[in-house]
Amino acid sequence: MKQTEFLNVVLPFKDKLFRLAKRLLVSTEEAEDATQEILLKLWSKNDRMKSYDNVEAFAMTMTKNFCLDRLKSKQASNLKLVHSNYTDTNASLQTQVEVKDSVSWVEKIMESLPENQKMALQLRDIEQYDFDEIGKLLEMTPVAVRVALSRARKTVREKLMEKHNYGIA
Amino acid sequence: MELHNIEKLLEKYLEATTTVAEEETLRTYFLKGDIAPHLKEYTTMFQYFSMAKEEQFTKQVPLKPRKSNYKWLSVAAVAVLVFGIYFGKDYQEQKQAEYVLNETEKAFQLIAQNLNKGTEKLVYLGKLEETTNKIYTNN
Repeated sequence: MKQTEFLNVVLPFKDKLFRLAKRLLVSTEEAEDATQEILLKLWSKNDRMKSYDNVEAFAMTMTKNFCLDRLKSKQASNLKLVHSNYTDTNASLQTQVEVKDSVSWVEKIMESLPENQKMALQLRDIEQYDFDEIGKLLEMTPVAVRVALSRARKTVREKLMEKHNYGIA
Repeated sequence: MELHNIEKLLEKYLEATTTVAEEETLRTYFLKGDIAPHLKEYTTMFQYFSMAKEEQFTKQVPLKPRKSNYKWLSVAAVAVLVFGIYFGKDYQEQKQAEYVLNETEKAFQLIAQNLNKGTEKLVYLGKLEETTNKIYTNN
């Protein structure tokens, strides 16, 4: 497979890989590194790529596993991640700031969810995958995905209600 | 009417029994603005979701290298081998010639030494002549 061909295959879903990586790793830089790593891995086995029936799902699974490994090794080596990069790139207008601020709460709430729920919410509500695809990706049954998703949505809603009622905690 | 419908969909949404299409209707409703006040917290959720989808991977991925390196490696190896054999042969021939030269020099030296030894002994021939001359002159 030529480089341009490869890019054409990869281009439609590379942002999805990045967003999933960022959801799990939180830091933008780490997510960029992870995405790059995954794309290079895909490129290194691009001669076999035609035999995969769904490259996107394959790449998403790779990303998930890669990021979970990363998180595990980080915990094992006792490294603490400091997340200080919550800057909104286009929050310039004063009127938008307030909305953007409460929107970024959702990001923080999602961060506190267990990994399975986090990924289910990411894949469903942000990327609009269907339950079968998510199930395959997360190695869960569609029913389990549904339960995780329902819990995640309820948690996000509850925490948002708390914030709205008490103001910024 | 529409509000009632949305509320119903939201209930299903929380149980995660909505289809992708139904979630799409919810999303468009909440992104449109003009939302019933008691549903405000959902707006934040859906706003965040659509915002999060905008995020893009902008880093360049260096794809070029790897791959064909191994092909060129074999070519280089063959080239080195050919040069090695070619010049190696010359070198060996030269070494061999030097060796032969050394050996012959040694042999010549041996001959010369032995020849010198032989000529040393010839000194006595001179004495013989002297004495024979003496004898002849005496007679």
